[in-house]
Amino acid sequence: MNAVVVGEPVVAFDGVGMRFGRGPEILRDVSFAIEPRSFQFLTGPSGAGKTTLLRLVLAALRPTRGHIRLFGQGASRISGGALTDVRRRTGIVFQDFRLLDHLSVYQNVALPLVVRGRDEAGYRAEVIELLQWVGLGGQLDRLPPILSGGEKQRVAIARALIARPELILADEPTGNVDPHLAERLLHLFIELNRLGTSVVIATHDLALMDQVEARRLILSDGLLFVDEGAS
Amino acid sequence: MSALRPGLVPADDAAARSFAGIMAILAFLAALAAAAAVSLSATAADWGAALAQEVTLQVLPRTGRDLEQDVARAAALARATSGVASATVLSRRETDSLLEPWFGQGLDIGDLPAPRLVVVRLGAARSADLTGLREKLVTELPFARLDDHSGWIASLVGSARVLVWGAFALVVLVMGAALLATTFATRGALAANRRTVEVLHWVGADDRFIARAFAFRFARLGLAGSAVGGLAAACVAAAIIPAIRATDAGLRDGGSLTGVSLVGWTGLASIAVVVVALALASGLASHSSVSRLLRDSRRT
Repeated sequence: MNAVVVGEPVVAFDGVGMRFGRGPEILRDVSFAIEPRSFQFLTGPSGAGKTTLLRLVLAALRPTRGHIRLFGQGASRISGGALTDVRRRTGIVFQDFRLLDHLSVYQNVALPLVVRGRDEAGYRAEVIELLQWVGLGGQLDRLPPILSGGEKQRVAIARALIARPELILADEPTGNVDPHLAERLLHLFIELNRLGTSVVIATHDLALMDQVEARRLILSDGLLFVDEGAS
Repeated sequence: MSALRPGLVPADDAAARSFAGIMAILAFLAALAAAAAVSLSATAADWGAALAQEVTLQVLPRTGRDLEQDVARAAALARATSGVASATVLSRRETDSLLEPWFGQGLDIGDLPAPRLVVVRLGAARSADLTGLREKLVTELPFARLDDHSGWIASLVGSARVLVWGAFALVVLVMGAALLATTFATRGALAANRRTVEVLHWVGADDRFIARAFAFRFARLGLAGSAVGGLAAACVAAAIIPAIRATDAGLRDGGSLTGVSLVGWTGLASIAVVVVALALASGLASHSSVSRLLRDSRRT
């Protein structure tokens, strides 16, 4: 696995602007950095551009202006192989889960390891352990269409975590679970952060954010404000 | 490779059945053509070998001459020629039986001035002095003719070779059609599974991995379809053999004049080769198509 250069942010935005077509700018002059081993919330009202910003971090979109660096590489020059490398170093939890409906819970979670060419004998126990931890140990063979929203969300989180990425981007990861499970999942992210993973949780759940003293990236009207918090 | 790989691309049953059906039809046509090509090729080689093994002496009846003596003399001249293994005079009855298919059984063929035949078998060395035999016949029996069958056998061999090349061309065309069918089916599958491809990219799959997943799926479908087509081709070939042999029986006793044997070991092997080749072609065409489409999608 490629290591982040010491002192080099995992993600760095410099004066980034983004608009779709001839529409208004969704993001304006956004500058921030996500340091290695850091933990932050990305928040703001609905439609403020949180998902757009996350897609820029994933290099799924190209900014209309400004510069983005991902793991030390300029995002505008990222080629196929380097892009794959960035995505392998990043775990993403989508707001709409993006599970593959024809694969079982177990297969969905194992997917990041399968695409890395790992042998099933080497990861099976690991996948089952993680699924047990998120409370889905008894549903390994079930297909996503028959899972509840909360169960799908936990599968999506497990899939993002299984390959131990250097950066986790989670878009409303606790939006469909009860408060008790939300707290458990939050502590899972905190534990991963302690182990060295940078975490970005996009949410507008104030109660969730109040549970952790962490930096807050606040999007409002296309501008980004950084509240460093107490951490 | 994980056991998960085969199911990464979801199965669209209707599209998969259609693709497998097309591959079955293409495999059926290609397998029959390939089996025919192999068989005809072997037959043409047999005819070529036969050319070097046997010649015929025809002795025409002449007024004032004893035909039986002339025939015996022709046979003796043949036997005396170096490289000749045997010379067998066909009896009057045997000669008549050869003419019956043309004149029927009601006519007294004995009244016709039909030539008598001497079948001359050449030795294994195939170095008979036929030129010397011809010269002797010109001197002693100018009304006898040596027929080494080269004219009509060369014509038959030439026709067989044309058919062989035609059959191979058909196989090549069918392979081309299979490649096109796979390319179109892959495009459809890629469009239908855009979301799956996107998720695979998000979790770290590179284009090669995704292309292999599609290739694996289409190779399996291609193998399933072409195996059915190949099996059907083998059954049809087995069914038409007796009919061909029955037709030929009237032309030559004891077997097939054409020598067509579509279900021999070589025929079956050629069918198997076609089945495997179509499956491989499906996988390769799918891999190539997905790689190209993913590369193009990044450029846009």
